[in-house]
Amino acid sequence: MKLDRRNFLTLGGSLVAGGVVGTTLSPLPWKLMDDSAIWTQNWPWTPVPPDGAASFNHSICTLCPGKCGITVKKVESRAIKIEGRKDFPVNQGGICILGLAGLQLLYGPTRIETPLLKTAGGGFKKISWDEAVSLLAKKLEELRSSGKPESVAALTGSDTGVTAALIKRFLFAYGSPNFISEQTFKDTYKIALKKMQALQGEVVFDIENADYVLSLGSGIIEGWDSPVKMIKANSALKTKKAFLCQVEPRLSMTAAKADKWLPVIPGTETDLVWGILHVILNQALYNKEFVAENTTGIERLSQLAQPYTLEKVSAATGIKSSDILSVATQFAKAAKPIAVCGKGQGSTPESMGHIMAVHALNALMGSVNREGGVIALNPASYISWTNPEQDETGKNGFGKERVDGAGKGNYPDTPFLANRFISAINGQGKSPVEALLVSGSNPLYSFTDTAAVKKAFEKIPFIVSFSSFMDETAKVATLILPSHTNLERFEDVSLCLGSGKSVIGLSTPVVEPKFDTRHTGDAVILLAKKLGGSVANAFSWESFEACLTETLGDKWESLKESGFLENPESLIAAGTRIDFSVVAEPKSMAPEGDAASYPLILIPYDSLRLAHMAVGSPPFLLKTVEDTVLKKNDILVEINPQTASKLNLSEKKYAMLKTPKGAVRVKIHLFEGIMPGVIAMARGLGHTAYDDYLSGKGVNFNELIGPMEDPISGLDVSYGIRATLTNA
Amino acid sequence: MSTPDDNEKKIPSENHDGEKEGNATLGFAILFFMAGLIGSLLVGWVVFPKLLYSQKEQPIDFNHQVHMDAVSDGCQSCHFYREDGTFAGVPTLAQCSECHESAQTEDPNEVKFVDEYVTPGKEVPWLIYARQPDCVFFSHAAHKEMECKTCHGDIGESTSLKPYEENRITGYSRDIWGDNIGGFGKNTWDSMKMDDCAACHERETGSKGPCFQCHK
Repeated sequence: MKLDRRNFLTLGGSLVAGGVVGTTLSPLPWKLMDDSAIWTQNWPWTPVPPDGAASFNHSICTLCPGKCGITVKKVESRAIKIEGRKDFPVNQGGICILGLAGLQLLYGPTRIETPLLKTAGGGFKKISWDEAVSLLAKKLEELRSSGKPESVAALTGSDTGVTAALIKRFLFAYGSPNFISEQTFKDTYKIALKKMQALQGEVVFDIENADYVLSLGSGIIEGWDSPVKMIKANSALKTKKAFLCQVEPRLSMTAAKADKWLPVIPGTETDLVWGILHVILNQALYNKEFVAENTTGIERLSQLAQPYTLEKVSAATGIKSSDILSVATQFAKAAKPIAVCGKGQGSTPESMGHIMAVHALNALMGSVNREGGVIALNPASYISWTNPEQDETGKNGFGKERVDGAGKGNYPDTPFLANRFISAINGQGKSPVEALLVSGSNPLYSFTDTAAVKKAFEKIPFIVSFSSFMDETAKVATLILPSHTNLERFEDVSLCLGSGKSVIGLSTPVVEPKFDTRHTGDAVILLAKKLGGSVANAFSWESFEACLTETLGDKWESLKESGFLENPESLIAAGTRIDFSVVAEPKSMAPEGDAASYPLILIPYDSLRLAHMAVGSPPFLLKTVEDTVLKKNDILVEINPQTASKLNLSEKKYAMLKTPKGAVRVKIHLFEGIMPGVIAMARGLGHTAYDDYLSGKGVNFNELIGPMEDPISGLDVSYGIRATLTNA
Repeated sequence: MSTPDDNEKKIPSENHDGEKEGNATLGFAILFFMAGLIGSLLVGWVVFPKLLYSQKEQPIDFNHQVHMDAVSDGCQSCHFYREDGTFAGVPTLAQCSECHESAQTEDPNEVKFVDEYVTPGKEVPWLIYARQPDCVFFSHAAHKEMECKTCHGDIGESTSLKPYEENRITGYSRDIWGDNIGGFGKNTWDSMKMDDCAACHERETGSKGPCFQCHK
């Protein structure tokens, strides 16, 4: 046989055919298929929880002001799941999405691993803790010896707890009055209590026990106050068929679940409150007994309410007169009505005029310091340190004027004015602040008018960040002294409950610190010791833990054991009679920008699925955001179809959004649930720092809005801004 | 140039040769087919398993039988259920150290275990024959009533640990698919694939069970 082309193909074909048949009859293809299926289902780079004995560790989540009890499941030393703690009085086993995703913050790529120093080229270089603290001490020593200790300031996210107290104590001994903390709507409510009842206390809204809730834009189920507690309170309202009336310009989740939704023109909520006060006072529907026994100055209140007729209020707010009348009468007829305020999550202050009118409404119905009402409490005070001794420089420096002007002059009752702090730096040629310590706050992202904040920060020669994450503020810092995350550190937590009881809780480390980080309290103690003299003498403690142990005294052991202690006594603070005569004369606060050039009003909206304050959203949260909020990297702006058709805008199309503060490219989302003439955008997007999961997605609302100063408190009560939308 | 006669003569002779040649080609074709068939069968049944699995020795050659004689509670003395009901699996160093803080015999394996793991406090990197893929959720607690042997075989009576044959593609042990590359087995413990689970479930409960029973 010749091996020609034909034979070659025949024989070759036979061989292959034999091979194919043989292979099919062998396990090779079937086994390979099975193995590759298993391989693809178990990518070696997909993280899986380690195998081993599980342990459950209690702590308190400090990622937001809600302060929920958490139980962290660990396998060996690795935290693998965060759950709500079942016996914790705030959340009773519930947990929000941010708390749940806390592990991504702990183990995620955005952690700062070691102290960092800004280099000349704008990058960071790693330095040791000893070098970092020495460097900061040297800088502060220089400022002190040149007689300017007051040029050092500290900006914090909160002014409660031992860590904040240590920073305050440091500034006191060092010689600076400039401790500034961010303020929320609750802090403004506290100022109202002080003005109307001469009361220094915390405020609690006992929503779960009310039978009629008038919510002035508060996102009851969207993270307002204490998110999980409020979701549970809302369920309690539904179970007992209580009434929830939601007043806000857009159909938020809370509005959608409410019994009645009253869309209101942004910024006219106070007019509505006055309209309701007008009806209640004119028809004498108020709780006469309570008013006679516990209040004064009702005549003045009637006088102020007089001009707020239904017609006038209806014209101002865009709400029908009949609706205002029915809400007012239903509210007055309810056994336990409560009016609550603080827009969205309540993370920003409200105007004093608004809060005082709301408190007056609660007081008229006797809903103050009673079940289902607004409750004022004297929180358990356990930080009872005596002021340390100041040396001459310390005394002089501490006696100087505060940069933000809080607590004096026009703003005697406002403890901190972060917005005025920024404008004071921008208002002077040379920054009055030469060194700034930032802890638990990310002003470059979360303050309104980010461009102005950035400008102010550029003028401060030395910025120290205590952030655990590479956030916007840490990025511009001269020095970063990274703190442990909430799961790696001790933190004391003070809570007030609707029952009038208070709770002291202890946030406990559940895992060993992953990186070379330190507790901010420890960093402050180290710094003080390095500075020596009277500053060092003010800190007798060896460490933050020692300080906390001593401060909590006999409570320490039981707190370590059980995580929280309920104060058995009711701490309801009576104060004086509620004085209606101090209620501010109503004054409307129009949003920035003129209506002719900017016909629309832009407002923000908050969601539990986007963190918008000091902590950025972990990836898990971003995954849950709908594509009507964020589509790839584009943020969507909600607009009523009516308004959109007038402006020739259509769904998912690009548009230019312009406000007096800036212009950005956005996408359009047509939404029947927003009032015509109003547009809304999610808060919590548009980060320029953190990781690829968060950075560069959408627009930061704060870039588009400027501060709006409340004439009584001086706080930034900005709720919106005028805007235009044009086809892009 | 050929004539018509030439053509007449040539055609039959060509046909005759062609038949012969055709038969030869067919014979060769069958031969080649058989060669391909046998070759691929050999590759599939003999060479392939040798290539698919790599052989690894266990860090310590553990003697189950000696330990079974020394303990009172059978397998569960070391492979126990934790307080929360989860199964502890392979003992940790801490458990082993309870008895083996120092070597009790002169057995080279025990001496090696104490020197290399107990003294430096290092966990033993045991290679686990029965480890299932991460996408499989198996609860020992739910199968508590069964005998260990049903799935794990006579390992409790073994005096030494066989080499761990690691599947080069998946990384799991050969014991999951079973020793027989064709997937045939005589005993319930010969393989631990999903079909084995399903067959037993069907036998015992009347149903293979829903997907999410094991794939959470």
